[in-house]
Amino acid sequence: MTDRISNKKNITLSIIAIIVMLAAIYVLDIVIKPTSSWSNLMTCLEKGTIYALVAVSMNLLNGFTGLFSLGQAGFMLIGAYAYAIFAIAPEDRATVYQYYEGGGLIHFSLPHMLQDMMGGADAFGGTIGYYLGIILLMIFAGLITAVIAFLIGIPVLRLKSDYLAIATLGFAEIIRSFFQWEGLGPVTNGSNVLRKFASYDSSIFPVLVAGICVAFIVLLINSSYGRAFKSIRDDEIAAEAMGVNLFKHKELSFVISSFFAGVGGALLAMFQNNINAAPFTSNMTYEILLIVVIGGIGSITGSIIGAYLFVCCSEWWLRGLDAGEFLGIEADFMSPGFRKVVFAVVIMCIVLFYSRGIMGTNEFSWSGLFNFFKTLPKRIAAVPGKIKAKFSNKKHKKHTENVKEAQ
Amino acid sequence: MEFIAKWLPYILAGISVGGQFALIAIGYTMVYGILRLINFAHGDMFMIAGLVMVYMATVLPLWVSVILVLIITVVLGCTIERVAYRPLRSAPRMSIMISAIGVSYFLQNMALYITGGLTRTYPTIDWLQKNITIMGASTKMVTIITPVLTIVLVIALVFLIKRTKIGMAMRAVSRDFDTSALMGIDINRVIAVTFIIGSFLAAVGSILYFSNYTGIMPTSGSMPGLKAFVAAVFGGIGSIPGAVVGAFVIGICENIIKGLGLTTFSDAFTFVLLIVILMVKPTGLFGEKNIDKV
Amino acid sequence: MKKKIALLLALVMIFSVFAVGCGGGDEGGDYAGTVKIGVFEPASGDNGAGGKQETLGIQYANYMTPEVEINGELYKVELEIVDNESDNAKGITAASNLVSSGVSVVLGSYGSAVSIAAGEVFKEAGVPAIGVTCTNPQVTAGNDVYFRICFLDPFQGTVLANYAWENGATKAYCLSKLGDDYSVGLVNYFVQAFKALGGEVVEEQFPNQNADFTSYVANAKSNGCDVFFAPVSTEAAALIIDQAAAQDLGMPMLAGDTWDSNVITGAAQGKDVEVVVTTFYQEGGNPEFDNGIKAWMEADSKMLENNGGNTDLAAVTAMGYDAYYVALEAIKTAGSTDVADVLAAIPDTTYEGVCGQVVFGENGDAVRDTAYVKKCNTETGAWEFVAAQSIK
Repeated sequence: MTDRISNKKNITLSIIAIIVMLAAIYVLDIVIKPTSSWSNLMTCLEKGTIYALVAVSMNLLNGFTGLFSLGQAGFMLIGAYAYAIFAIAPEDRATVYQYYEGGGLIHFSLPHMLQDMMGGADAFGGTIGYYLGIILLMIFAGLITAVIAFLIGIPVLRLKSDYLAIATLGFAEIIRSFFQWEGLGPVTNGSNVLRKFASYDSSIFPVLVAGICVAFIVLLINSSYGRAFKSIRDDEIAAEAMGVNLFKHKELSFVISSFFAGVGGALLAMFQNNINAAPFTSNMTYEILLIVVIGGIGSITGSIIGAYLFVCCSEWWLRGLDAGEFLGIEADFMSPGFRKVVFAVVIMCIVLFYSRGIMGTNEFSWSGLFNFFKTLPKRIAAVPGKIKAKFSNKKHKKHTENVKEAQ
Repeated sequence: MEFIAKWLPYILAGISVGGQFALIAIGYTMVYGILRLINFAHGDMFMIAGLVMVYMATVLPLWVSVILVLIITVVLGCTIERVAYRPLRSAPRMSIMISAIGVSYFLQNMALYITGGLTRTYPTIDWLQKNITIMGASTKMVTIITPVLTIVLVIALVFLIKRTKIGMAMRAVSRDFDTSALMGIDINRVIAVTFIIGSFLAAVGSILYFSNYTGIMPTSGSMPGLKAFVAAVFGGIGSIPGAVVGAFVIGICENIIKGLGLTTFSDAFTFVLLIVILMVKPTGLFGEKNIDKV
Repeated sequence: MKKKIALLLALVMIFSVFAVGCGGGDEGGDYAGTVKIGVFEPASGDNGAGGKQETLGIQYANYMTPEVEINGELYKVELEIVDNESDNAKGITAASNLVSSGVSVVLGSYGSAVSIAAGEVFKEAGVPAIGVTCTNPQVTAGNDVYFRICFLDPFQGTVLANYAWENGATKAYCLSKLGDDYSVGLVNYFVQAFKALGGEVVEEQFPNQNADFTSYVANAKSNGCDVFFAPVSTEAAALIIDQAAAQDLGMPMLAGDTWDSNVITGAAQGKDVEVVVTTFYQEGGNPEFDNGIKAWMEADSKMLENNGGNTDLAAVTAMGYDAYYVALEAIKTAGSTDVADVLAAIPDTTYEGVCGQVVFGENGDAVRDTAYVKKCNTETGAWEFVAAQSIK
């Protein structure tokens, strides 16, 4: 086999690809103005990246550990709030917490504080301090989420399959109403919007953060822990017999997944520039679950591709379906909401007929990619023949069935 | 007396909404009992039944629409089972649940498209929406009709399950899917009947529910659906009386909580109840012991 | 598997080519060019009905005046309408979509929460936005690109509190929706004003997607309140009115501008309830506009459907109509379609609309000192004028 590539070459290729990608994003971020028609690309890139991170974290749980959890939206909510609450500049607090005396209970913002300590808004050191604050706060958001997940996990992870699903769904709803509670108002601003918190300036930031997080998850999955997770997914009893501590590993997977969901929530808060508890419903979890399914349950690459496809389709490419004009076709039935119907039909088809999703359980590899392009012309040439074969096959099948029935 | 005057409106509302949840919960509990599937789309079917009524009533007389709503919902329920669940019968349980979530997503978006995202007002069924006064508390007729109708339907259903051949088949399938297939029971027929009954009751529930709360949004079904499912778990999944009792408990408790001024937590309460029951007595109030849940 | 990737890549390419391709529009006929006005309104979700009515006013204005003269050259005015789904999160992407389509100015949104959320997007892009009926002060506060042509909640809340107090109410039941800046804000200002007058209040909130208002109505009754103040979205309002009638509420229901809609009159018709609202515009205030838009709606079944099936005018429709002309004035003054020029021109723009004069003052808010109080006639299902209120 000539197209097998050595490990060293693999790493070099990956590094080059990452640098090129980051450079491309950096350039695009500068070149594309919000008012240009290409700014959709940046919106989808950022949102897609965040969804990719959350989808990968969900995949770790659902696809690699076999725990069917539907609590992702709740954990994102915790992360988003934990970040936002501590990142609002003190001078803005009175406007944000407008219904509470004295601008709420908390009166500092970590990013702004570090910015001032390291030289103020205009200095280079100040910028570093600002981003350092953001990063520290994101880790904090992840940790808080992980701690809460740990506590929830103790009772919940004893349950199996659909009972686990419904219990985590229930916890997500409880978390949501807890954050909307007036009693916590001076901290969480009640059910009202939190905004004016520190946020990133460049699209490269979420890409970097999500990239590092996904890389960590990949390393985890390829470690001995990852193998233990997979063994639990494949056969719990066998795993236990082999000496895998079921509860410990389930809890570990649950906590790590929640940590990244929390970080994802913090990123989402920054992307939206405002956050409130209302949209974090079970529907949000379902959307993320559908992304995982589209990409392939048990494939990190799949979740990432799925997230970008999902976000681009729903926020950009299919918008024409709502406006009444799509790919040059104009029709009356394309009124608001049609986009979502088309989308739902596509998703149903994937669930029913392509249950392996885009990637199945495969992952991206350079040799796979090269192989793909190398054999592409051959395979395209083979397509008509294959279709023919399929048809005759079907006929044949029908025929044999008929014969069987007749007998 | 003053105590009754204060709390009666809440209890009446609780009984009424409890009865409506009960009708949905039966669909959940029966499907789960047989297929081990949380039919996430059940709540959305309940919403679709409401929408069908809205559009039917604009062109047809009311009584015709009511009958048509029942028929269309039953057909829809069977179609969903046939298209989205039957092909996945041998697939892992996660796939079939994802399929259910997909159906729910589809139905909601379809409703969004058809209604244009606007709340539709349910047609007035005079007899159900007439105002009556009970011990000084004014309410709608439907408040009284609901629990009565619910109990009548449940008795009929229990009779069907205990005394008829198809009922026996259903019990057998819910006890052991594979063995009953080997014994010559037509599994697909039993499942179809289950979905017919579930959809029929959901349609009845939707007529009662939306006569009381007259606005229908695409998401109107999801919360009642989830609550009805919790009711089914609370009563012991697979048990019909359990689902009914659970639904009434949830309906009444929720309204009392609102009456205490803790309105933010009225939805959360349902889920707290769910988690407590899963921790303490996973088989629910009337559940059978031998089901593999935990 | 690889086939699928191939298909995927092909799709991605097709879509991106398409996305770029539809960027440029054809510039038709005698016009020197087109100028785009963005309409950032909800067409679905909680505020869908109201958003559609506001959009109607803008569409009618565009129908009446589809062109604008800039520096002696005639430009065609095109509306770019997006649905923000009454959702803060989805509103953000809808707003950036609007910004990227090259609009000169944005109108909207119905519902303060989405306006506040999307304000950042417009601010970052430097695209001027004119709020039509979003009354929460936070929409324009601290945002240089957001302007507004309606009155504000502190004003409206005070007017409502005064009205309740003058009509003998001493204890008010206030209901708002969790996470909804419009109702929470208005209730907050109402409570402040009502307490200042010496009144008592009971405050409650209901969660998203709540349909069961039985207990809230019962709570108002059992707390012995004299007035039911619920400035919530029309969707919830219809359900509340229905429950209030069923439980024999026995006190007037009071609300702000959102309730001035045929959804409310439709819900209240034939029921034993008393509904009073404050609003921007009194139907009949400008017969020419009233008759014109009614004829226009009747001619187009789709528009009639968007207005809820009949031609009863909502105040937000009239406001939308005015907003369009304010935007045109600003573009004329700017003498350019560039966002920065339009932004600079808006503060000095004045316009005499059907809802009164628009002059921008502090924070980019229009100077308004009158609200109309209307009462629903439950027999005919029409609004009846009560008073024009202002505060000294």
